[in-house]
Amino acid sequence: MDIRNFTYLVYGYSAAMLVIFGYVTLLVLRSRRIDRELTRLKSLVEDKS
Amino acid sequence: MREKLILSLAALGTLLLVWDFNTIFLHLPDEALQGAIYRIIFIHVPAAIGAYVFYSVAVITSAMFLVKKDFKYDSLAVACVEVGATFTLVNLVTGSIWGRIIWGIWWTWDARLTTQLICFLLYLGYLLLRPAVTEPTQRATMSAILAIFAFADIPIVVMAIRLKNVRTQHPQPVLETGGLDPSFWPPLLISFAAVLLIGTALVLVRLHQETSRREIDYLRRELHAL
Repeated sequence: MDIRNFTYLVYGYSAAMLVIFGYVTLLVLRSRRIDRELTRLKSLVEDKS
Repeated sequence: MREKLILSLAALGTLLLVWDFNTIFLHLPDEALQGAIYRIIFIHVPAAIGAYVFYSVAVITSAMFLVKKDFKYDSLAVACVEVGATFTLVNLVTGSIWGRIIWGIWWTWDARLTTQLICFLLYLGYLLLRPAVTEPTQRATMSAILAIFAFADIPIVVMAIRLKNVRTQHPQPVLETGGLDPSFWPPLLISFAAVLLIGTALVLVRLHQETSRREIDYLRRELHAL
């Protein structure tokens, strides 16, 4: 492979992967927070009713 | 069932992407003028087209929400917009890195680049404004209107390099004019398929979150009433 500008090619693909993995991490953290809140509210409703 | 489907889509998409990277980095012929950096097209273009596909689904589901007032359409729209915005960001970042080498600058206020940035900002605005409206029906209605308005930018982005009286630095369209080497098509299509599969898996995860959020809203109202 022609290695001219190879460093910037690596930057490009790394940046793309970083954006996607960053979004996946955000989704995982948000899912955990939502699940915790859902469990808490369900137990509160059960206790009150 | 839902989790299995998400995992299967994500795994298949990732496998396709890894296989495609092998072709892109090790088997494709070199480009005479640009050096290795031309290979960025195999993530830059599929990310843009993938984003437009998800925005298209979002505009259809937003219109359906306005007609039917069913919240499942609103959930699907927000999921598609979020994933589409992620791919638009990938497109902007990779394009900027390519521009740094080929044009010598990270950014220029060129017609294509500017309209694409506006597209990203419009959908980012959609995502940032949603939490500001607390009443669910009002939030979904306003979001649907904004999604339809934001989608109007996409034909402008597409046409920005096709109109004769618009001066642009961006490369002219090569996909439909036959300007692309025939050996570049398979990795480009595989990359596009991988983007769609991974994007669909992400949309399904986001859709489930939105359904859970509505359940949380319902439980809060129930608690308030007790």
